[in-house]
Amino acid sequence: MPITKALETQIDHISILDEHGNFDEELGAGLIPDEDLVKLYEHMMICRQLDEVAFKLQRSGRMGTYPQNMGQEATSLGAAYMLDPADWMVTCYRENCGLFWRGLPMEKILQHWMGDERGNQIERSLYCTPIAVPIGTQMLHATGLAWGAKYRGEKQIACTFFGDGATSEGDFHEAVNFAANLDIPVIFFCQNNQWAISVPSSIQCSAPTVAQRGVAYGVDCLQCDGNDLYAVAWCMKKAIESAREHHRPMFIEAVTYRLGDHTTADDARRYRDEEEVELWKSRDPLNRMRTRLMGLKLWDEAREAELKERAERTVAAAVERAETIEAPELSDIFNWTFAEVPEQIALQRDTMRTSSIGQDPSQIASEQTTSA
Amino acid sequence: MTRVIEYRDALNEAMSEEMRRDQRVMLLGEEVAEYDGAYKVSRGMLEEFGAQRIIDTPISESGFSGMAIGATMVGLRPIVEFMSWSFSLVAADPILNNAPKMLYMSGGQFGCPIVFRGNDGAGGQLGSTHSWCVEGLYSNVPGMKMVIPAFPADAKGLMKTAIRDDDPVFFLESERLLSFKDEVPEEEYLIPFGQALVRRPGTDCTIVSFGRPVHFCLEAAEELAKEGISCEVIDGRTIRPLDIDTIVESVRKTNYLVVVDQSWSFGSPGSEIAAQVHQHCFDDLDNAVARVHSADVPTPYAVELEQAYLPNAHRICEAVRAVTYTA
Ligand SMILES: Cc1ncc(C[n+]2csc(CCOP(=O)(O)OP(=O)(O)O)c2C)c(N)n1
Ligand SMILES: [Mg+2]
Repeated sequence: MPITKALETQIDHISILDEHGNFDEELGAGLIPDEDLVKLYEHMMICRQLDEVAFKLQRSGRMGTYPQNMGQEATSLGAAYMLDPADWMVTCYRENCGLFWRGLPMEKILQHWMGDERGNQIERSLYCTPIAVPIGTQMLHATGLAWGAKYRGEKQIACTFFGDGATSEGDFHEAVNFAANLDIPVIFFCQNNQWAISVPSSIQCSAPTVAQRGVAYGVDCLQCDGNDLYAVAWCMKKAIESAREHHRPMFIEAVTYRLGDHTTADDARRYRDEEEVELWKSRDPLNRMRTRLMGLKLWDEAREAELKERAERTVAAAVERAETIEAPELSDIFNWTFAEVPEQIALQRDTMRTSSIGQDPSQIASEQTTSA
Repeated sequence: MTRVIEYRDALNEAMSEEMRRDQRVMLLGEEVAEYDGAYKVSRGMLEEFGAQRIIDTPISESGFSGMAIGATMVGLRPIVEFMSWSFSLVAADPILNNAPKMLYMSGGQFGCPIVFRGNDGAGGQLGSTHSWCVEGLYSNVPGMKMVIPAFPADAKGLMKTAIRDDDPVFFLESERLLSFKDEVPEEEYLIPFGQALVRRPGTDCTIVSFGRPVHFCLEAAEELAKEGISCEVIDGRTIRPLDIDTIVESVRKTNYLVVVDQSWSFGSPGSEIAAQVHQHCFDDLDNAVARVHSADVPTPYAVELEQAYLPNAHRICEAVRAVTYTA
């Protein structure tokens, strides 16, 4: 018997607007109306400004650890732009730009990283889940959300975001497998920013693309230039159609780069070459969008200057709002452990003490609150 | 002879000394090699021992924990670093369901001499999913040993014992203590498991704790001394095995006990100690054992809330005054 091919596969790579300003008229046609372009660009610029301010706030002790989004703005933004406002966005922690597009007030992000979990309590009407810190866990939640929506006969789909490193967790493989086998309308959006803290993506995945991981589970996969807002939008359009119309999940690998440190607690200069960073700076998603806008005569130096100033004001105002939010009550910690506060927890709340369950609270002065 | 070094360097010395001594020992985990560990505990170890023995893994806690189990079956003795014990929850099956049972299931053939180690405990403003005190949850499982040092010298001596131990050891470090400096002997030493230490002798009330809260107990004892209450502070050092004898001996002398445990109260090391002491010291106790735990809610993120949630010196003082009827 001759040896036959059991499988031949290929992964398409999508690039529409490259870093030299070349634009693929065919793929790009009608994808993003010109009137939206300016607004999208402004979002990226404001998000970048937030990163700069947040970094300084952290360094001056006004904010906790913060993960910059710098260099990756086009990924989550392109996805959020293409999704319906009622589709779920199930994120990790590097999707600010998309969340702002969705309508998350900037002070919420600031409040969260300033160390107040109320910043992570996102208004339900925005269809975003809390920022997920345990790597990978959110992908299964997204799969469950989309599964539930399908079960209820709704048109809603889910899009979940995660890094290249997160594809090493079992959760990723289980989520994609479920989605594929049960026809669940979820989009897996991988931000391959080349690094997981100090570990290069080659240690997470030794295949030439991350996208092909999806092939193994039987989902359609696409790779795109993640710094190209058009390419992201193009892939999202395909994935949304597949999910909404056919309940088929899709995997998108957006190839991008983390221009900043992993978080403000990191110093990336210790483990990566300056040349690599410089190369990726030349592929910055903001620059190429600016060049495009100028080419379309939608933008000029004066508008750029005005935007810079507006971004500064916007971020400064958000910082001011975040910093003037009243501190939470100490007794707040007892509010949301159960749907209804049980007697034992009410007792702890009322006495603010945390010693033995079942002990007589009168043993301990009841009015005392604890010292911070 | 001693010198003053950081808790993290004490751990580093213990691992390095044991790796020099025993080729079968290796360290694997996220960021342990190139980055010297997310918290710089393995600083310089890649350089000394090479990439065969200091291994950067993918972000796959379940993966590298399970692989370590397999490696023990052919004679290796891996040290597995969790960046935080909170992330070990992803690896619950290998660490709770496999490693501690393999010896039993194989009729004594496959022990799992693995040290699972990493940061445990809240207090770093890392939010509810990132702040686990796993001693509450994990100490319930038979077949593993649990070590939770509060001082650099203990961290070193107990780590060396852990690496040489033939059973799986859960080694709970504290991010809050990594930069804490204290005296550590120059010469080689090991500290056996199951030996608590009286950190401060006293006569009126026993306070027992383990890990980071031991420092709060010492603070509280200092405060209470000013009020004329003399506390005996016991540092348990290992939770499994538990040195109940040292605690019992102290309670027989003081007649009062406050247990301080940063995990949640329900089914915890604190409740276990209380139960055992009630059993052994029923006639010696002049009041029921009091326990100071974290509040029975998820760990809060905001700094003031987190501090209010955790055991602290203020709350320990309150508990001591209450049990000794001096409130
Ligand atoms: C289960 C779990 N393991 C480890 C960590 C620690 N950690 C936080 S971010 C990170 C790297 C994630 O890399 P990647 O998924 O590529 O996302 P990126 O940060 O590059 O956007 C790690 C290991 C964690 N938060 N959760
Ligand atoms: Mg990454």
